[in-house]
Amino acid sequence: MSPPSAPPGPPLLETRGLCRNFGALAAARDIDFRLEAGARHAVIGPNGAGKTTLVNLLTGVIRPTAGAVLLKGRDITGVVQAERVKLGIARTFQINRLFRGLSVLENVYMAVAERRGVAPSMLRPAGLRRDVVEESMHLLETLRLPDDAGHRISELPYGRQRLVELAIALGLKPEVLLLDEPAAGVPSAESHIILEAIAGLPKQIGVLIIDHDMDLVFRFAERITVMVSGGVFASGSPKEIAANPDVRAVYLGRADHG
Amino acid sequence: MTAPGPAGSEHPAPRALARRHRLRAWEAIPWALAVAFYFAFPRHLGFGTELLVTILFALSLDLVLGYAGIVTLGHAAFFGAGAYTVGMLAKHGIWNEPITSLLLAAAVAAAVGLGSGLVLLRTRGLTLLMLTLCTMALLEEAANLAHAYTGGFDGLDSLLIAPLFGVFEFNPLYPKTQYLYVLAVLFLCFAFVRTLVYSPFGQSLTGIRENTLRMHAVGAPVRARLVACYTLSAAIAGIAGGIWAQANAYVNLGTLGLDRAATVLIILVLGGYGRLYGAFVGAVAYMVLSHFLAKVYPTAWQLGLGLLLVVIALFARNGILGIGEALGRRFSAPRAAP
Repeated sequence: MSPPSAPPGPPLLETRGLCRNFGALAAARDIDFRLEAGARHAVIGPNGAGKTTLVNLLTGVIRPTAGAVLLKGRDITGVVQAERVKLGIARTFQINRLFRGLSVLENVYMAVAERRGVAPSMLRPAGLRRDVVEESMHLLETLRLPDDAGHRISELPYGRQRLVELAIALGLKPEVLLLDEPAAGVPSAESHIILEAIAGLPKQIGVLIIDHDMDLVFRFAERITVMVSGGVFASGSPKEIAANPDVRAVYLGRADHG
Repeated sequence: MTAPGPAGSEHPAPRALARRHRLRAWEAIPWALAVAFYFAFPRHLGFGTELLVTILFALSLDLVLGYAGIVTLGHAAFFGAGAYTVGMLAKHGIWNEPITSLLLAAAVAAAVGLGSGLVLLRTRGLTLLMLTLCTMALLEEAANLAHAYTGGFDGLDSLLIAPLFGVFEFNPLYPKTQYLYVLAVLFLCFAFVRTLVYSPFGQSLTGIRENTLRMHAVGAPVRARLVACYTLSAAIAGIAGGIWAQANAYVNLGTLGLDRAATVLIILVLGGYGRLYGAFVGAVAYMVLSHFLAKVYPTAWQLGLGLLLVVIALFARNGILGIGEALGRRFSAPRAAP
Protein backbone atom coordinates (compact mmCIF):
# COMPACT_ATOMS: atom_id res chain seq x y z
CA MET A 1 0.00 0.00 0.00
CA SER A 2 0.98 3.60 -0.50
CA PRO A 3 2.24 5.61 2.42
CA PRO A 4 -0.44 7.67 4.20
CA SER A 5 0.88 10.94 2.82
CA ALA A 6 0.03 9.82 -0.75
CA PRO A 7 -3.33 8.02 -0.68
CA PRO A 8 -4.23 5.70 -3.56
CA GLY A 9 -6.22 6.99 -6.51
CA PRO A 10 -6.16 10.47 -7.98
CA PRO A 11 -6.02 13.44 -5.63
CA LEU A 12 -9.16 15.50 -5.00
CA LEU A 13 -7.90 18.46 -6.99
CA GLU A 14 -4.79 18.56 -9.09
CA THR A 15 -3.13 20.87 -11.58
CA ARG A 16 -0.58 19.80 -14.18
CA GLY A 17 1.75 22.30 -15.75
CA LEU A 18 -0.75 25.11 -15.24
CA CYS A 19 0.26 28.41 -16.88
CA ARG A 20 -1.50 31.70 -17.33
CA ASN A 21 -0.06 34.74 -19.00
CA PHE A 22 -1.51 38.22 -18.85
CA GLY A 23 0.27 39.76 -21.80
CA ALA A 24 3.94 39.48 -21.03
CA LEU A 25 3.31 38.75 -17.36
CA ALA A 26 3.36 35.08 -16.35
CA ALA A 27 0.85 35.15 -13.47
CA ALA A 28 0.97 31.38 -13.17
CA ARG A 29 4.03 29.43 -14.25
CA ASP A 30 3.97 25.67 -14.71
CA ILE A 31 2.12 24.96 -11.48
CA ASP A 32 1.88 21.33 -10.37
CA PHE A 33 -0.33 21.32 -7.35
CA ARG A 34 -2.29 18.68 -5.44
CA LEU A 35 -5.03 19.04 -2.90
CA GLU A 36 -6.04 15.85 -1.13
CA ALA A 37 -9.47 15.08 0.30
CA GLY A 38 -9.72 16.41 3.84
CA ALA A 39 -6.54 18.42 3.38
CA ARG A 40 -5.83 21.67 5.16
CA HIS A 41 -3.52 23.26 2.69
CA ALA A 42 -2.24 26.82 2.60
CA VAL A 43 -0.75 28.81 -0.25
CA ILE A 44 1.40 31.72 0.81
CA GLY A 45 3.58 34.15 -1.09
CA PRO A 46 4.31 37.81 -1.45
CA ASN A 47 1.89 40.18 -3.16
CA GLY A 48 1.69 39.47 -6.87
CA ALA A 49 2.95 35.91 -6.45
CA GLY A 50 -0.09 34.57 -8.33
CA LYS A 51 -2.11 33.21 -5.43
CA THR A 52 -5.45 34.68 -6.46
CA THR A 53 -4.69 33.76 -10.08
CA LEU A 54 -4.35 30.18 -8.89
CA VAL A 55 -7.76 30.34 -7.19
CA ASN A 56 -9.27 31.85 -10.34
CA LEU A 57 -7.75 29.06 -12.43
CA LEU A 58 -9.00 26.38 -10.06
CA THR A 59 -12.54 27.79 -9.99
CA GLY A 60 -12.74 28.43 -13.73
CA VAL A 61 -13.00 32.23 -13.54
CA ILE A 62 -10.10 32.40 -15.99
CA ARG A 63 -8.79 29.85 -18.47
CA PRO A 64 -5.20 28.64 -18.33
CA THR A 65 -2.83 29.45 -21.18
CA ALA A 66 -1.50 25.91 -20.85
CA GLY A 67 -1.86 22.95 -18.52
CA ALA A 68 -4.80 21.15 -16.96
CA VAL A 69 -7.00 21.14 -13.86
CA LEU A 70 -8.27 17.76 -12.69
CA LEU A 71 -10.97 17.02 -10.14
CA LYS A 72 -10.74 13.46 -8.83
CA GLY A 73 -8.82 12.53 -11.96
CA ARG A 74 -11.32 14.10 -14.35
CA ASP A 75 -10.04 16.88 -16.60
CA ILE A 76 -12.17 19.95 -15.86
CA THR A 77 -9.97 22.51 -17.62
CA GLY A 78 -12.74 23.38 -20.08
CA VAL A 79 -15.56 23.38 -17.52
CA VAL A 80 -17.02 26.81 -16.75
CA GLN A 81 -17.24 28.24 -13.25
CA ALA A 82 -20.91 27.55 -12.57
CA GLU A 83 -20.48 23.91 -13.63
CA ARG A 84 -17.43 23.50 -11.40
CA VAL A 85 -19.53 24.69 -8.48
CA LYS A 86 -21.98 21.89 -9.24
CA LEU A 87 -19.03 19.48 -9.25
CA GLY A 88 -18.13 20.58 -5.73
CA ILE A 89 -15.66 23.45 -5.95
CA ALA A 90 -16.63 26.50 -3.91
CA ARG A 91 -14.72 29.60 -2.96
CA THR A 92 -14.82 32.71 -0.88
CA PHE A 93 -13.51 36.06 -2.05
CA GLN A 94 -10.67 38.18 -0.80
CA ILE A 95 -12.98 41.18 -0.85
CA ASN A 96 -16.57 40.45 0.20
CA ARG A 97 -18.87 39.71 -2.68
CA LEU A 98 -22.22 39.58 -1.00
CA PHE A 99 -25.76 40.59 -1.88
CA ARG A 100 -25.51 43.75 0.15
CA GLY A 101 -29.12 44.84 -0.12
CA LEU A 102 -30.44 41.47 1.02
CA SER A 103 -30.65 39.85 4.43
CA VAL A 104 -28.09 37.34 5.68
CA LEU A 105 -30.66 34.58 5.36
CA GLU A 106 -31.41 35.55 1.75
CA ASN A 107 -27.69 35.53 0.97
CA VAL A 108 -27.29 31.96 2.14
CA TYR A 109 -30.65 31.01 0.60
CA MET A 110 -29.23 31.97 -2.79
CA ALA A 111 -26.48 29.33 -2.54
CA VAL A 112 -28.62 26.60 -1.02
CA ALA A 113 -31.39 27.15 -3.60
CA GLU A 114 -28.89 26.82 -6.45
CA ARG A 115 -27.37 23.65 -5.03
CA ARG A 116 -30.75 22.03 -4.44
CA GLY A 117 -31.89 22.96 -7.94
CA VAL A 118 -34.77 25.02 -6.52
CA ALA A 119 -33.66 28.34 -8.03
CA PRO A 120 -35.23 27.94 -11.52
CA SER A 121 -38.71 27.41 -10.04
CA MET A 122 -41.05 30.28 -10.81
CA LEU A 123 -44.30 29.57 -9.03
CA ARG A 124 -43.97 28.80 -5.33
CA PRO A 125 -42.87 31.70 -3.12
CA ALA A 126 -39.24 31.50 -2.13
CA GLY A 127 -40.05 31.88 1.56
CA LEU A 128 -42.22 28.77 1.54
CA ARG A 129 -39.40 26.47 0.43
CA ARG A 130 -38.91 25.26 3.96
CA ASP A 131 -36.17 22.80 3.00
CA VAL A 132 -34.02 25.63 1.67
CA VAL A 133 -34.85 28.05 4.49
CA GLU A 134 -34.18 25.50 7.21
CA GLU A 135 -30.90 24.36 5.73
CA SER A 136 -29.83 28.00 5.43
CA MET A 137 -30.76 28.71 9.05
CA HIS A 138 -28.97 25.57 10.19
CA LEU A 139 -25.85 26.73 8.42
CA LEU A 140 -26.09 30.14 10.05
CA GLU A 141 -26.38 28.43 13.42
CA THR A 142 -23.22 26.41 12.91
CA LEU A 143 -21.45 29.69 12.17
CA ARG A 144 -23.17 31.34 15.16
CA LEU A 145 -24.93 33.84 12.95
CA PRO A 146 -28.62 33.06 13.51
CA ASP A 147 -29.30 36.34 15.33
CA ASP A 148 -28.11 38.22 12.27
CA ALA A 149 -30.26 36.22 9.86
CA GLY A 150 -32.76 39.03 9.37
CA HIS A 151 -30.19 41.80 9.10
CA ARG A 152 -29.09 43.29 5.86
CA ILE A 153 -25.46 42.68 4.93
CA SER A 154 -24.86 46.43 4.93
CA GLU A 155 -25.86 46.53 8.63
CA LEU A 156 -23.26 43.96 9.69
CA PRO A 157 -19.72 44.57 10.94
CA TYR A 158 -17.07 43.43 8.48
CA GLY A 159 -16.00 40.36 10.45
CA ARG A 160 -19.53 39.00 10.41
CA GLN A 161 -19.79 39.76 6.70
CA ARG A 162 -16.73 37.53 6.23
CA LEU A 163 -18.62 34.76 8.01
CA VAL A 164 -21.51 35.19 5.57
CA GLU A 165 -18.96 34.73 2.74
CA LEU A 166 -18.07 31.43 4.35
CA ALA A 167 -21.73 30.51 4.94
CA ILE A 168 -22.56 31.02 1.25
CA ALA A 169 -19.66 28.80 0.20
CA LEU A 170 -20.68 26.11 2.71
CA GLY A 171 -24.26 26.30 1.44
CA LEU A 172 -22.89 24.78 -1.76
CA LYS A 173 -21.77 21.67 0.20
CA PRO A 174 -18.38 21.71 -1.49
CA GLU A 175 -15.80 18.96 -1.58
CA VAL A 176 -13.14 21.56 -2.32
CA LEU A 177 -13.25 24.88 -0.52
CA LEU A 178 -10.94 27.67 -1.59
CA LEU A 179 -10.60 30.48 0.94
CA ASP A 180 -9.02 33.61 -0.48
CA GLU A 181 -7.67 35.56 2.50
CA PRO A 182 -10.61 34.75 4.75
CA ALA A 183 -9.50 37.14 7.48
CA ALA A 184 -8.56 40.02 5.20
CA GLY A 185 -9.86 43.34 6.44
CA VAL A 186 -11.18 41.91 9.67
CA PRO A 187 -10.17 43.87 12.77
CA SER A 188 -8.05 41.75 15.11
CA ALA A 189 -10.74 41.88 17.78
CA GLU A 190 -13.06 39.98 15.45
CA SER A 191 -10.57 37.69 13.70
CA HIS A 192 -11.02 34.89 16.25
CA ILE A 193 -14.54 34.23 14.95
CA ILE A 194 -13.09 33.60 11.50
CA LEU A 195 -10.40 31.33 12.87
CA GLU A 196 -12.93 29.36 14.89
CA ALA A 197 -15.18 29.01 11.88
CA ILE A 198 -12.30 27.69 9.76
CA ALA A 199 -11.25 25.28 12.49
CA GLY A 200 -14.83 24.02 12.64
CA LEU A 201 -15.15 23.24 8.93
CA PRO A 202 -16.34 19.72 8.12
CA LYS A 203 -13.35 17.36 8.18
CA GLN A 204 -13.97 15.70 4.83
CA ILE A 205 -13.73 18.95 2.83
CA GLY A 206 -10.43 19.64 1.11
CA VAL A 207 -9.62 23.19 2.14
CA LEU A 208 -7.16 25.46 0.39
CA ILE A 209 -6.46 28.71 2.17
CA ILE A 210 -4.61 31.65 0.76
CA ASP A 211 -3.34 34.18 3.20
CA HIS A 212 -0.68 36.57 4.33
CA ASP A 213 -1.55 36.06 7.95
CA MET A 214 1.20 33.71 9.18
CA ASP A 215 -0.54 33.04 12.49
CA LEU A 216 -3.60 31.82 10.65
CA VAL A 217 -1.61 29.79 8.13
CA PHE A 218 0.62 28.04 10.65
CA ARG A 219 -2.26 27.39 12.99
CA PHE A 220 -4.49 25.96 10.34
CA ALA A 221 -2.42 24.34 7.59
CA GLU A 222 -1.03 20.82 7.54
CA ARG A 223 0.71 21.54 4.29
CA ILE A 224 2.03 24.78 2.84
CA THR A 225 2.89 25.77 -0.71
CA VAL A 226 4.96 28.88 -1.21
CA MET A 227 4.45 30.78 -4.47
CA VAL A 228 6.84 33.36 -5.85
CA SER A 229 6.41 35.20 -9.19
CA GLY A 230 3.71 32.86 -10.45
CA GLY A 231 5.53 29.60 -9.74
CA VAL A 232 5.64 27.09 -6.89
CA PHE A 233 8.74 27.96 -4.91
CA ALA A 234 8.54 25.38 -2.17
CA SER A 235 6.07 22.93 -0.72
CA GLY A 236 6.00 20.97 2.48
CA SER A 237 4.79 20.69 6.04
CA PRO A 238 4.66 23.88 8.12
CA LYS A 239 7.83 22.79 9.92
CA GLU A 240 9.71 22.22 6.67
CA ILE A 241 8.56 25.53 5.27
CA ALA A 242 9.45 27.41 8.44
CA ALA A 243 12.89 25.81 8.40
CA ASN A 244 13.53 26.33 4.68
CA PRO A 245 16.23 29.02 4.40
CA ASP A 246 15.21 30.02 0.87
CA VAL A 247 11.61 30.59 1.96
CA ARG A 248 12.80 32.60 4.93
CA ALA A 249 14.85 34.68 2.59
CA VAL A 250 12.12 35.50 0.08
CA TYR A 251 9.13 35.67 2.29
CA LEU A 252 9.11 34.75 5.94
CA GLY A 253 12.01 36.99 6.74
CA ARG A 254 9.98 39.95 5.68
CA ALA A 255 6.83 38.72 7.33
CA ASP A 256 8.40 39.13 10.76
CA HIS A 257 7.86 35.53 11.72
CA GLY A 258 10.42 33.07 13.01
CA MET B 1 -35.88 39.19 21.55
CA THR B 2 -34.17 36.68 19.30
CA ALA B 3 -33.26 33.74 21.44
CA PRO B 4 -30.81 31.44 19.66
CA GLY B 5 -33.32 28.64 19.31
CA PRO B 6 -33.47 25.77 16.84
CA ALA B 7 -33.94 26.49 13.15
CA GLY B 8 -37.49 26.84 12.04
CA SER B 9 -40.55 28.96 11.95
CA GLU B 10 -40.11 30.53 15.39
CA HIS B 11 -37.13 32.57 14.23
CA PRO B 12 -38.14 36.01 12.92
CA ALA B 13 -36.00 35.94 9.76
CA PRO B 14 -37.53 32.82 8.17
CA ARG B 15 -40.95 34.03 9.23
CA ALA B 16 -40.38 37.37 7.51
CA LEU B 17 -39.19 35.55 4.40
CA ALA B 18 -42.21 33.26 4.44
CA ARG B 19 -44.57 36.22 4.77
CA ARG B 20 -43.13 38.67 2.33
CA HIS B 21 -45.11 37.45 -0.67
CA ARG B 22 -48.44 37.66 1.16
CA LEU B 23 -51.05 40.05 -0.19
CA ARG B 24 -51.37 43.25 1.78
CA ALA B 25 -54.69 45.01 2.20
CA TRP B 26 -53.49 48.15 0.40
CA GLU B 27 -52.79 46.11 -2.72
CA ALA B 28 -56.54 46.15 -3.42
CA ILE B 29 -56.46 49.95 -3.77
CA PRO B 30 -55.13 50.26 -7.35
CA TRP B 31 -57.60 47.68 -8.62
CA ALA B 32 -60.49 49.27 -6.77
CA LEU B 33 -59.50 52.64 -8.24
CA ALA B 34 -59.30 51.14 -11.72
CA VAL B 35 -62.82 49.73 -11.40
CA ALA B 36 -64.07 52.98 -9.87
CA PHE B 37 -62.59 54.88 -12.80
CA TYR B 38 -64.76 52.85 -15.15
CA PHE B 39 -67.93 54.04 -13.46
CA ALA B 40 -66.78 57.54 -12.54
CA PHE B 41 -65.31 58.65 -15.86
CA PRO B 42 -67.19 56.93 -18.68
CA ARG B 43 -66.13 59.75 -21.00
CA HIS B 44 -62.43 59.23 -20.30
CA LEU B 45 -62.18 55.51 -20.84
CA GLY B 46 -59.91 56.06 -23.84
CA PHE B 47 -57.42 57.81 -21.57
CA GLY B 48 -57.95 55.09 -18.94
CA THR B 49 -57.24 52.34 -21.46
CA GLU B 50 -54.04 54.05 -22.58
CA LEU B 51 -53.05 54.37 -18.93
CA LEU B 52 -53.62 50.67 -18.21
CA VAL B 53 -51.63 49.64 -21.29
CA THR B 54 -48.80 51.91 -20.17
CA ILE B 55 -48.85 50.31 -16.71
CA LEU B 56 -48.63 46.86 -18.30
CA PHE B 57 -45.70 47.95 -20.46
CA ALA B 58 -43.92 49.54 -17.49
CA LEU B 59 -44.53 46.38 -15.46
CA SER B 60 -42.75 44.31 -18.13
CA LEU B 61 -39.83 46.73 -17.97
CA ASP B 62 -39.75 46.51 -14.17
CA LEU B 63 -39.14 42.77 -14.43
CA VAL B 64 -35.92 43.21 -16.42
CA LEU B 65 -34.74 46.55 -15.06
CA GLY B 66 -35.98 46.58 -11.49
CA TYR B 67 -35.46 42.92 -10.66
CA ALA B 68 -32.79 41.52 -12.98
CA GLY B 69 -30.94 44.84 -13.34
CA ILE B 70 -30.84 44.71 -17.15
CA VAL B 71 -30.59 48.32 -18.29
CA THR B 72 -32.44 48.68 -21.58
CA LEU B 73 -33.47 51.57 -23.77
CA GLY B 74 -35.04 49.33 -26.38
CA HIS B 75 -38.00 47.78 -24.66
CA ALA B 76 -40.39 49.22 -27.24
CA ALA B 77 -38.97 46.62 -29.65
CA PHE B 78 -41.19 44.05 -27.94
CA PHE B 79 -44.15 46.40 -27.57
CA GLY B 80 -43.93 47.06 -31.31
CA ALA B 81 -43.41 43.39 -32.16
CA GLY B 82 -46.64 42.60 -30.34
CA ALA B 83 -48.50 45.54 -31.85
CA TYR B 84 -47.43 44.69 -35.40
CA THR B 85 -48.29 41.02 -34.89
CA VAL B 86 -51.86 41.95 -34.02
CA GLY B 87 -51.99 44.67 -36.69
CA MET B 88 -50.65 42.62 -39.57
CA LEU B 89 -52.79 39.56 -38.76
CA ALA B 90 -55.91 41.72 -38.63
CA LYS B 91 -55.11 43.99 -41.57
CA HIS B 92 -54.34 41.14 -43.95
CA GLY B 93 -57.43 39.24 -42.88
CA ILE B 94 -55.51 36.32 -41.42
CA TRP B 95 -56.69 36.36 -37.81
CA ASN B 96 -58.53 38.87 -35.65
CA GLU B 97 -59.86 37.01 -32.63
CA PRO B 98 -58.58 39.23 -29.79
CA ILE B 99 -57.39 36.75 -27.16
CA THR B 100 -55.59 34.32 -29.45
CA SER B 101 -54.11 37.32 -31.30
CA LEU B 102 -52.71 38.52 -28.00
CA LEU B 103 -51.18 35.13 -27.32
CA LEU B 104 -49.59 35.23 -30.77
CA ALA B 105 -48.33 38.75 -30.06
CA ALA B 106 -46.78 37.43 -26.82
CA ALA B 107 -45.18 34.52 -28.68
CA VAL B 108 -43.70 36.73 -31.40
CA ALA B 109 -42.38 39.27 -28.89
CA ALA B 110 -40.97 36.44 -26.77
CA ALA B 111 -39.20 35.05 -29.83
CA VAL B 112 -37.69 38.47 -30.54
CA GLY B 113 -36.70 38.71 -26.87
CA LEU B 114 -35.15 35.26 -26.88
CA GLY B 115 -33.26 35.80 -30.12
CA SER B 116 -31.92 39.22 -29.23
CA GLY B 117 -31.40 38.29 -25.57
CA LEU B 118 -29.14 35.37 -26.46
CA VAL B 119 -26.84 37.83 -28.21
CA LEU B 120 -27.27 41.02 -26.16
CA LEU B 121 -27.08 39.52 -22.71
CA ARG B 122 -23.49 38.45 -23.28
CA THR B 123 -22.71 42.12 -22.73
CA ARG B 124 -23.33 44.47 -19.84
CA GLY B 125 -23.57 48.10 -18.97
CA LEU B 126 -23.24 50.68 -21.69
CA THR B 127 -22.65 48.10 -24.44
CA LEU B 128 -25.87 46.37 -23.51
CA LEU B 129 -27.71 49.68 -23.45
CA MET B 130 -26.49 50.54 -26.93
CA LEU B 131 -27.32 47.11 -28.30
CA THR B 132 -30.90 47.22 -26.98
CA LEU B 133 -31.24 50.58 -28.71
CA CYS B 134 -29.80 49.14 -31.93
CA THR B 135 -32.14 46.14 -31.88
CA MET B 136 -35.12 48.44 -31.58
CA ALA B 137 -33.83 50.75 -34.32
CA LEU B 138 -33.32 47.77 -36.65
CA LEU B 139 -36.86 46.55 -36.04
CA GLU B 140 -38.24 50.04 -36.57
CA GLU B 141 -36.38 50.41 -39.85
CA ALA B 142 -37.46 46.94 -40.95
CA ALA B 143 -41.08 47.90 -40.26
CA ASN B 144 -40.52 51.11 -42.20
CA LEU B 145 -39.07 49.30 -45.21
CA ALA B 146 -41.51 46.39 -45.35
CA HIS B 147 -44.18 48.74 -46.58
CA ALA B 148 -46.31 46.08 -48.22
CA TYR B 149 -46.83 44.26 -44.92
CA THR B 150 -46.54 46.94 -42.28
CA GLY B 151 -47.83 50.02 -44.05
CA GLY B 152 -44.42 51.58 -43.64
CA PHE B 153 -44.43 55.11 -42.27
CA ASP B 154 -48.23 55.32 -42.35
CA GLY B 155 -48.72 52.19 -40.29
CA LEU B 156 -51.87 50.11 -40.43
CA ASP B 157 -55.17 51.69 -39.47
CA SER B 158 -58.84 50.75 -39.28
CA LEU B 159 -57.96 47.31 -37.97
CA LEU B 160 -61.00 45.09 -37.68
CA ILE B 161 -60.82 43.27 -34.37
CA ALA B 162 -63.42 40.57 -33.80
CA PRO B 163 -65.73 41.04 -30.80
CA LEU B 164 -64.37 39.74 -27.53
CA PHE B 165 -65.79 36.25 -26.83
CA GLY B 166 -67.76 36.85 -30.03
CA VAL B 167 -70.05 39.25 -28.12
CA PHE B 168 -68.42 42.47 -26.93
CA GLU B 169 -67.58 44.88 -29.73
CA PHE B 170 -64.52 47.10 -29.68
CA ASN B 171 -65.97 50.58 -30.18
CA PRO B 172 -63.18 53.14 -30.68
CA LEU B 173 -65.48 56.03 -29.72
CA TYR B 174 -66.81 54.50 -26.53
CA PRO B 175 -64.13 52.06 -25.37
CA LYS B 176 -65.97 50.31 -22.54
CA THR B 177 -64.98 46.87 -23.79
CA GLN B 178 -61.38 47.88 -24.33
CA TYR B 179 -61.04 49.28 -20.82
CA LEU B 180 -62.35 46.21 -19.03
CA TYR B 181 -60.46 43.88 -21.36
CA VAL B 182 -57.17 45.68 -20.77
CA LEU B 183 -57.84 45.78 -17.04
CA ALA B 184 -58.41 42.02 -16.96
CA VAL B 185 -55.26 41.31 -18.98
CA LEU B 186 -53.24 43.68 -16.78
CA PHE B 187 -54.51 41.87 -13.71
CA LEU B 188 -53.51 38.45 -15.07
CA CYS B 189 -50.07 39.66 -16.15
CA PHE B 190 -49.57 41.40 -12.82
CA ALA B 191 -50.49 38.23 -10.92
CA PHE B 192 -47.90 36.36 -12.98
CA VAL B 193 -45.14 38.93 -12.47
CA ARG B 194 -45.90 39.18 -8.77
CA THR B 195 -45.68 35.39 -8.39
CA LEU B 196 -42.47 35.36 -10.39
CA VAL B 197 -40.61 38.00 -8.40
CA TYR B 198 -41.29 36.28 -5.06
CA SER B 199 -40.31 32.84 -6.38
CA PRO B 200 -36.82 31.34 -6.07
CA PHE B 201 -36.33 32.35 -9.72
CA GLY B 202 -37.17 35.96 -8.88
CA GLN B 203 -34.87 35.76 -5.87
CA SER B 204 -32.04 34.61 -8.13
CA LEU B 205 -32.74 37.54 -10.50
CA THR B 206 -32.34 39.85 -7.53
CA GLY B 207 -29.10 38.06 -6.75
CA ILE B 208 -27.84 38.70 -10.27
CA ARG B 209 -28.74 42.37 -9.94
CA GLU B 210 -27.07 42.66 -6.56
CA ASN B 211 -23.90 40.75 -7.38
CA THR B 212 -23.49 38.98 -10.72
CA LEU B 213 -20.03 37.63 -9.94
CA ARG B 214 -21.22 36.00 -6.76
CA MET B 215 -24.12 34.39 -8.61
CA HIS B 216 -21.59 32.78 -10.95
CA ALA B 217 -19.71 31.60 -7.89
CA VAL B 218 -22.75 29.89 -6.38
CA GLY B 219 -23.20 27.96 -9.61
CA ALA B 220 -26.10 29.92 -11.10
CA PRO B 221 -26.39 29.82 -14.90
CA VAL B 222 -26.51 33.61 -14.95
CA ARG B 223 -26.96 34.20 -18.66
CA ALA B 224 -29.65 31.56 -19.03
CA ARG B 225 -31.56 33.18 -16.15
CA LEU B 226 -31.23 36.62 -17.70
CA VAL B 227 -32.34 35.36 -21.11
CA ALA B 228 -35.34 33.63 -19.51
CA CYS B 229 -36.28 36.82 -17.69
CA TYR B 230 -35.77 38.93 -20.80
CA THR B 231 -37.95 36.58 -22.84
CA LEU B 232 -40.77 36.61 -20.30
CA SER B 233 -40.59 40.37 -20.04
CA ALA B 234 -40.62 40.64 -23.85
CA ALA B 235 -43.75 38.48 -23.95
CA ILE B 236 -45.53 40.79 -21.51
CA ALA B 237 -44.38 43.86 -23.42
CA GLY B 238 -45.70 42.15 -26.56
CA ILE B 239 -49.07 41.66 -24.88
CA ALA B 240 -49.06 45.35 -23.97
CA GLY B 241 -48.30 46.28 -27.58
CA GLY B 242 -50.83 43.84 -28.99
CA ILE B 243 -53.59 45.05 -26.73
CA TRP B 244 -52.70 48.65 -27.55
CA ALA B 245 -53.15 47.87 -31.24
CA GLN B 246 -56.47 46.19 -30.54
CA ALA B 247 -57.76 49.01 -28.37
CA ASN B 248 -56.78 51.72 -30.84
CA ALA B 249 -57.41 49.72 -34.00
CA TYR B 250 -54.16 50.89 -35.52
CA VAL B 251 -50.40 50.36 -35.43
CA ASN B 252 -47.68 52.78 -36.40
CA LEU B 253 -43.92 53.08 -36.24
CA GLY B 254 -44.29 54.97 -32.95
CA THR B 255 -44.92 51.64 -31.20
CA LEU B 256 -41.31 50.70 -32.01
CA GLY B 257 -39.77 54.10 -31.39
CA LEU B 258 -37.27 55.48 -28.94
CA ASP B 259 -39.93 57.88 -27.68
CA ARG B 260 -42.00 55.06 -26.33
CA ALA B 261 -39.00 53.19 -24.92
CA ALA B 262 -37.69 56.30 -23.18
CA THR B 263 -41.11 57.28 -21.86
CA VAL B 264 -41.68 53.91 -20.22
CA LEU B 265 -38.24 54.11 -18.64
CA ILE B 266 -39.05 57.58 -17.29
CA ILE B 267 -42.35 56.29 -15.96
CA LEU B 268 -40.69 53.44 -14.13
CA VAL B 269 -37.98 55.64 -12.63
CA LEU B 270 -40.63 58.18 -11.64
CA GLY B 271 -42.76 55.56 -9.89
CA GLY B 272 -39.86 53.57 -8.45
CA TYR B 273 -38.36 50.48 -10.06
CA GLY B 274 -38.06 47.02 -8.55
CA ARG B 275 -41.30 47.54 -6.63
CA LEU B 276 -44.09 46.13 -8.86
CA TYR B 277 -46.38 49.06 -8.06
CA GLY B 278 -43.88 51.61 -9.31
CA ALA B 279 -45.30 50.94 -12.77
CA PHE B 280 -48.76 51.94 -11.54
CA VAL B 281 -47.71 55.04 -9.65
CA GLY B 282 -45.30 56.18 -12.34
CA ALA B 283 -47.76 55.72 -15.19
CA VAL B 284 -50.53 57.58 -13.36
CA ALA B 285 -48.20 60.39 -12.31
CA TYR B 286 -46.67 60.74 -15.75
CA MET B 287 -49.87 60.59 -17.75
CA VAL B 288 -51.94 62.78 -15.46
CA LEU B 289 -49.15 65.34 -15.21
CA SER B 290 -48.50 65.44 -18.94
CA HIS B 291 -52.25 65.68 -19.54
CA PHE B 292 -52.65 68.73 -17.32
CA LEU B 293 -49.34 70.34 -18.13
CA ALA B 294 -50.20 70.10 -21.81
CA LYS B 295 -53.46 71.90 -21.11
CA VAL B 296 -51.88 74.68 -19.08
CA TYR B 297 -48.67 75.12 -21.08
CA PRO B 298 -49.41 73.69 -24.52
CA THR B 299 -46.00 74.67 -25.89
CA ALA B 300 -43.70 73.92 -22.97
CA TRP B 301 -45.36 71.10 -21.07
CA GLN B 302 -42.38 68.79 -21.44
CA LEU B 303 -40.27 71.30 -19.54
CA GLY B 304 -42.34 70.66 -16.41
CA LEU B 305 -41.93 66.89 -16.75
CA GLY B 306 -38.22 67.30 -17.34
CA LEU B 307 -37.84 69.39 -14.18
CA LEU B 308 -39.77 66.81 -12.17
CA LEU B 309 -37.52 64.08 -13.48
CA VAL B 310 -34.40 66.03 -12.55
CA VAL B 311 -35.75 66.45 -9.02
CA ILE B 312 -36.55 62.72 -8.79
CA ALA B 313 -33.13 61.74 -10.11
CA LEU B 314 -31.35 64.07 -7.71
CA PHE B 315 -33.33 63.67 -4.52
CA ALA B 316 -35.46 60.54 -4.77
CA ARG B 317 -33.58 57.77 -6.51
CA ASN B 318 -36.30 55.29 -5.63
CA GLY B 319 -39.07 57.32 -7.22
CA ILE B 320 -42.40 58.31 -5.78
CA LEU B 321 -42.86 54.96 -4.04
CA GLY B 322 -39.40 55.39 -2.52
CA ILE B 323 -40.49 58.73 -1.04
CA GLY B 324 -43.59 57.02 0.33
CA GLU B 325 -41.53 54.25 1.91
CA ALA B 326 -39.15 56.73 3.50
CA LEU B 327 -42.06 58.72 4.95
CA GLY B 328 -43.69 55.50 6.14
CA ARG B 329 -40.50 54.50 7.95
CA ARG B 330 -40.21 57.92 9.57
CA PHE B 331 -43.75 57.84 10.92
CA SER B 332 -43.73 54.22 12.04
CA ALA B 333 -40.28 54.39 13.63
CA PRO B 334 -41.36 55.58 17.11
CA ARG B 335 -43.91 52.81 17.36
CA ALA B 336 -42.82 49.26 18.07
CA ALA B 337 -42.40 47.11 14.99
CA PRO B 338 -45.19 44.54 14.69
